[in-house]
Amino acid sequence: MRFVDEFRDAELARVLAGKIAALCEPGRRYKFMEVCGGHTHTIYKHGLEDYLPDTVTLVHGPGCPVCVIPMGRVDDAIAIAEHDDVVLTSFGDMMRVPGGRGSFFDSKAAGADIRMVYSPLDALKVARKNPDKRVVFMAIGFETTAPSTAMTVLRAAAEKLDNFSVFCNHVTIIPAIKAILDSPDLRLDGFIGPGHVSTVIGCRPYEWIARDAGKPLVCSGFEPLDILQSVYRLLLQLREGRCEVENQYARVVPWDGNARALQVIGEVMELRPYFEWRGLGFISHSALQVKERYAAFDAERIFHVPGVRVADPKACQCGEVLKGVLKPWECKVFGTACTPETPIGTCMVSSEGACAAYYNFGRFSRERVREASRA
Amino acid sequence: MCLGIPGEVIELMADHEDLAMVSVEGVKRAVNIGLLREDGELDLKPGDWILIHVGFALSKIDEQEAKASLEFLTGLGDAYTDELTALAASDPT
Ligand code: SF4
Repeated sequence: MRFVDEFRDAELARVLAGKIAALCEPGRRYKFMEVCGGHTHTIYKHGLEDYLPDTVTLVHGPGCPVCVIPMGRVDDAIAIAEHDDVVLTSFGDMMRVPGGRGSFFDSKAAGADIRMVYSPLDALKVARKNPDKRVVFMAIGFETTAPSTAMTVLRAAAEKLDNFSVFCNHVTIIPAIKAILDSPDLRLDGFIGPGHVSTVIGCRPYEWIARDAGKPLVCSGFEPLDILQSVYRLLLQLREGRCEVENQYARVVPWDGNARALQVIGEVMELRPYFEWRGLGFISHSALQVKERYAAFDAERIFHVPGVRVADPKACQCGEVLKGVLKPWECKVFGTACTPETPIGTCMVSSEGACAAYYNFGRFSRERVREASRA
Repeated sequence: MCLGIPGEVIELMADHEDLAMVSVEGVKRAVNIGLLREDGELDLKPGDWILIHVGFALSKIDEQEAKASLEFLTGLGDAYTDELTALAASDPT
């Protein structure tokens, strides 16, 4: 496929790995966070850590939208789905996410009408075909996905559909990065910036990270060579004493983002005062809700959502994993009590979750191999 | 779910506002292109490549930029090959 295979060339990856190693200053350790779960997925799938010197560590960030949904929101969605006339539609990734009372799959098995869709537009189709049902779309995702939900609400409004609504769980990336930077446990040398979020918000919203927080950020594509090139560019900045926002993924990400997408988000949604993130707790102005003007399409208003709060299970260390403080395998239940079939935490559910990526691709970090050989 | 997939625009569907027929890995499917409108104008034609996410085109793939980053990468490769050639040619003994 165009501009996919080219960015997977193993020979070029090896060359780049050499250049990366040459840029590292002897005796210095580097820690870069890839904010986006899509990057985490690529890193494990292609074993990119094997291309990096021991002194460069990639830590995984909070950018997996499935991973950050708190248990309470899953329970709220299930409470909506339990109405006799409701069809709950959801991305497949959400189906296994454990709530306090089980997952969507469990609830479906118990009789609730929960269906998987690929696009919010598919949910709209379900609504058109079932006028006697109330169809709710479980909307999740960062700014990448929010415009699609917003467009779908606008479409539903234009068609005057009265049996379609969204349960809005959209989150925003900047406050999450801010929470990471404020967390005292983590020392970072820079960020691999989220590619697809940036197609919408552009690169400007990251400028404060370079300017005020003093961390370089390179907005990156998702192929192996994209990520390696981003690491290279981060190291080059550090080497040259620069601290800037750069766009490695310019083939897809315009510096100013997608004006139309931002406009439709603004038309339909507004910032919530605060929102709970799994493992990270409440973060102010970090999520979106449907505006009053579109109240007729807001499941939270229609169903008087209970707003349950459920504490994360004790064994679960997703919060630490999402903040990059722990590597997945360092969680006590990783691979034993917590597996993709029986996840305890969310990071084990989505293919973009760090724990699932680790588990599925059977990659163990060098440290772990070393540890094991020492033991 | 956050992954985007590239696809090639086959045709803009005249009878459906905001839909285009797009080929994704050889499979044709309808994609909503409404988010690519700027001030109501749509700069999209068959043969263009777009990035698709949950049924919507999020951005147009810029061929020039793609080539530029590939050139950077192959440029690194060239430098490496040059280096190897130079190494082979040198004889410190
Ligand atoms: S192994 Fe399971 S519980 Fe532990 S951090 Fe990963 S997803 Fe969370």
